[in-house]
Amino acid sequence: MTAAGTTAGAAKERNEAELIARILGGEKELFHDLVRPYERMLYLTAFSIVKNETDAEECAQDAVVNAYRNLAKFRGDSKFSTWLVTIVVNEARQKLRKAKRAKEESLDEAMEGEEGEYTPAPLTDWREIPSEALERKELRETLQKAVADLPDIYRQVFTLRDLQEMNVADTAAALGVNENIVKVRLHRARMMLQKRLVPYLKKSTAPERKGFRGRMPWS
Amino acid sequence: MELNCKHVWAHISEYLDKSVPADLLADIEQHLEHCEICSAVLDSTRNILVLTADNRTFELPLGYSERLHERLRKELGSASEEAMK
Repeated sequence: MTAAGTTAGAAKERNEAELIARILGGEKELFHDLVRPYERMLYLTAFSIVKNETDAEECAQDAVVNAYRNLAKFRGDSKFSTWLVTIVVNEARQKLRKAKRAKEESLDEAMEGEEGEYTPAPLTDWREIPSEALERKELRETLQKAVADLPDIYRQVFTLRDLQEMNVADTAAALGVNENIVKVRLHRARMMLQKRLVPYLKKSTAPERKGFRGRMPWS
Repeated sequence: MELNCKHVWAHISEYLDKSVPADLLADIEQHLEHCEICSAVLDSTRNILVLTADNRTFELPLGYSERLHERLRKELGSASEEAMK
């Protein structure tokens, strides 16, 4: 993370700590403001686990209510966002268990141990400018479908890391796995998506090598 | 060290996250400089991530936010009723 990013992050945490103190002091309406930045994260995290819009929305609501009821227990030794994402992961997993669909998850876990090739699709003529690609609804829908079709354990990690841009440590904490598992699953998820999407992405435009949200070595 | 393409692919994800072990980074970058296949794999994967992070790709259900805050309003309301009892 950049120094500026760290400073902004620290400022945000200070603001949140202040908000939390005020809510616990009786200004409960402020809880709406506290969770507003995380609405999207709550829904997408739940969706990555329950794979159903109605259930995901219910999980997000239950998580918010639960977070409110337990706010006094939030100690501030982790980030509020990490605490909140852990709550929604638990809500979603409980819902899955109730639906007796946990079986699928154990099948995925069993698959993970097998040695498999997680290689990308080799290609030479692929060039795409993201801003143009984004205008294509069809491409977005293909990506949604491809993500939905990922095995559960890969989709969950991919959702937290690449949709929500959470860091490795927070993703590991939220899902209750170690950081190395997060990295391995993320790599496999990305390679699976690359393979699946390449046929839809071929275009003959000039390459653009601008930075990807500051994460790229050349940015 | 001379790397082959498969070796580079194994590190594509780490490379995108800037977490390639330092001793490998130079070799990977050197390979990427002359290998069109690997740079295309890198570009395509990176662009999938750009697409993924775009808010338009994964949209929330219509009215989701309103319903969430409505539920919360009810919770906050009932909590204060409890407190007044």
